[in-house]
Amino acid sequence: MTTMTTTGTADTVGTTVLEARGVTMRFGGLTAVDSVDLTVGDREIVGLIGPNGAGKTTFFNCLTGLYVPTSGEVRYKGAVLPSKPYRVTQAGIARTFQNIRLFANMTVLENVMVGRHCRSKEGLFSAIGRGPRYRAAEREARENARELLDFLGIGRHAGTLARNLPYGDQRKLEIARAMASDPGLLLLDEPTAGMNPQETRATQEVVFKIRERGLAVVVIEHDMRFIFGLCDRVAVLVQGRKLVEGTPEVVRADERVIAAYLGTPYEEDAPVRDAVGGSVGAAGDGSDDGSAATVRAAGEDEGTAS
Amino acid sequence: MTEQVPEWGASDQPPQTPLAARQEEAPTVNPAVAKALVAVGAFASLVSTFLAWTWTSSFPGDLSVTGYPGGNQVITLTVSVLLILALGPAYGVPGLRWLAPRGYVWLLRGLALANLASTWYILLAVVIELNGLANWVSGSWVALIATALPVVGSFLLPDDHHDAARARPMPRWIQAAVILVAIIIAMFVADYGITTGFTEQFIGFALAVGFAAWGLNSSGVLSRLTGLTAQNRVATSVAAFVAALLFVFLQTSDQYNTIADDILIFATVALGLNIVVGLAGLLDLGYVAFLGVGAYSAALVSGAISSRYAHTVLPFWGQILIGVSVSIIAGVIIGAPTLRLRGDYLAIVTLGFGEIFRIVVNNLNGQSGPDLTNGPEGVYGVPDLKLFGYDFGASHQLFGVTFGKFGNYYLLLLVAMAIVVFIFARVNDSRIGRAWVAIREDETAAGAMGIHGYRFKLLAFGLGAALAGFAGTINAHLLNTVTPDQYLFSASAPPNSAFLLAAVVLGGMGTITGPLLGAALLYLVPAKFEFFQNKQLLLFGLALILMMRFRPEGLVPNKRRQLEFHQEEVAEAEAHQVVEAQPEAEAVA
Repeated sequence: MTTMTTTGTADTVGTTVLEARGVTMRFGGLTAVDSVDLTVGDREIVGLIGPNGAGKTTFFNCLTGLYVPTSGEVRYKGAVLPSKPYRVTQAGIARTFQNIRLFANMTVLENVMVGRHCRSKEGLFSAIGRGPRYRAAEREARENARELLDFLGIGRHAGTLARNLPYGDQRKLEIARAMASDPGLLLLDEPTAGMNPQETRATQEVVFKIRERGLAVVVIEHDMRFIFGLCDRVAVLVQGRKLVEGTPEVVRADERVIAAYLGTPYEEDAPVRDAVGGSVGAAGDGSDDGSAATVRAAGEDEGTAS
Repeated sequence: MTEQVPEWGASDQPPQTPLAARQEEAPTVNPAVAKALVAVGAFASLVSTFLAWTWTSSFPGDLSVTGYPGGNQVITLTVSVLLILALGPAYGVPGLRWLAPRGYVWLLRGLALANLASTWYILLAVVIELNGLANWVSGSWVALIATALPVVGSFLLPDDHHDAARARPMPRWIQAAVILVAIIIAMFVADYGITTGFTEQFIGFALAVGFAAWGLNSSGVLSRLTGLTAQNRVATSVAAFVAALLFVFLQTSDQYNTIADDILIFATVALGLNIVVGLAGLLDLGYVAFLGVGAYSAALVSGAISSRYAHTVLPFWGQILIGVSVSIIAGVIIGAPTLRLRGDYLAIVTLGFGEIFRIVVNNLNGQSGPDLTNGPEGVYGVPDLKLFGYDFGASHQLFGVTFGKFGNYYLLLLVAMAIVVFIFARVNDSRIGRAWVAIREDETAAGAMGIHGYRFKLLAFGLGAALAGFAGTINAHLLNTVTPDQYLFSASAPPNSAFLLAAVVLGGMGTITGPLLGAALLYLVPAKFEFFQNKQLLLFGLALILMMRFRPEGLVPNKRRQLEFHQEEVAEAEAHQVVEAQPEAEAVA
């Protein structure tokens, strides 16, 4: 894909949209996120990867006000983020959810119009009175929602109940709904989970198009091909800590990342395995897998790029 | 990318479903014979209503007359006529096909069962109440057999259930006329139900209406009608208002206006609760307290003799203002701490607050507390309203019809209900309403969309309280007394918190017609089944369980968009899809 050429321009990006410093989240004795720093520049696409339970979604929740970080600071365009989700959205950060959280019994159009909520102010009395200003705001919200639905290619479903949408379209609707609040930064939590390769590729295109609209994007994803083909920069979280951060090439080549995903070579934990009676051969296979995975990932990427 | 065609897109498929096809293969009676059975039965039962069904006039409603229908025979007559009309689509009579967009067999079955149930019930009642089969005359046997034939015939017919064909576009004024006629017919049915004079008549009526409604619903007439009403909101509202006005002009005495008044109050409050429960999804078990707050506030400043402020006499608008604002304050006081809770906890706390209200006003009598509400005796002697020189307590002649006290209040309550319906409709379809539904659906996601959950929940609570307070203000004048006992959590007669919630849930949450229908049913059924006495609540509980099992969405399910709207859109979308898919397919190839 030609869009691969945008990779590596991260350093040249000017203003900073998001700046998280030393974000730590503890639940009792468990440290889910441990002093993670992350900066996202203007129109930058940043990937956040890591094994299950690494604290990616917790970190997202810290960014969106769902959790208040135990320590650390998150700044959006220079201002410290408020600690309530609705204020964060108001400030300009919108998100999607890992497990789809649409308003199932509302229509697709209404879902997106709800996303517009914080950009309009019409209260109870104007809703009852329906003055010209109310109608203008309502029309604006409707047009905005239709435009977004068309942008994501689900405009034909506008009148459908959200629960009746096919799975892939529900994911798209979540993105449309998040974008309705005119955010400067969009956080996507596993946007391609459960999608087939074609849909994944389509989502990739969608994210590029979102960037063209002037948004910065942070993506959590397990699909490495998706992440490496999409992101300007990738950060790897492992057990709540940021392990590596850099361009996809740097991250892909990093031994520690491979270790985090596939396990460490047997030399390091051989005594443990012996103690449990585990076979050395199995561990050896693991390291073989690691190198094989590296090769395969590289090969796949060439395939995507061509 | 796989695109599913939504289910309503399937309308242009051939009308035969596999199920129906399979049933046709089974060796059954020739459909012509079955249809003939229905037709013969329908005409015979029509004739039977002109015969006597018993020889003595001691059975209520007098079934002993020959030559014209009396008592419950009117019900049988009406259903028989409907049945004959329903044969229209069965025999393909032009002009009657609209009766069965989704297949006539279920319509026939429903109507045949309605006829059978109501007629056999009354014949059985004759035998039991008058002791013995000897009380039957030849007409009874005719009716017995005649109403059975259509049931046999219609169940022998092969199932022809299919998806409704698309409605033909009609000019606006015809749509409005259809709606008006349908609503006025519904009003006449309701009028008959309300004015039934004895229990047997009401049970026969309820059986007939229940089965007929089932048949009409299965045949798709009702959904087509609701589609029409959804497209013509203004026409529907006007028609409903006209029909409701017509009701009071049909009444010859004030006797049934009291029932209608109580239903209107109940329905208005249920609609207010629907904002809290149906839209915002907050389970409020103490809602009747706000009705009480409004009623007490208004009664205290109305110049009632027993009021502590008997010398303070505010005009009606002032009382409304006081009643509504005190209710809002109460709503905010109760809501502010409790709305931080979710789900079950909120329900328990509101239940508690509802009881606290009742116990507090019971004790504010000057002995166990400050003197405010006159304790268990309540505020009595609330004067009747006088608006613009119109005394609501006195009889008036309007357009040649005598309006007694309850007729007067009926008019006022109708206006009050119109206001509440208007507010509900407007707010429901707005930014506020969408925020409420979003909170109901998923509060976390709503927060992530920038909705201040707590503030909007409080707003819903406050608006609900305001509407209940508004209704309470009128209720105080209607009943002339306000006592703590009127505002219980549960009692055998509405309005109380349990019945209000039941009306909303039973009718259909988030809709306007749902709670109105639910309130009417929940009021009428206990009022008409007086002989059940203390078993009313048992029956009521049974009805709720059955309802939750078989129709959890309520009598009037909330369809946020009407069918027609979808069909056009889906068809359009499919056309686009085909155009779009072609270049894509080429690219893949």
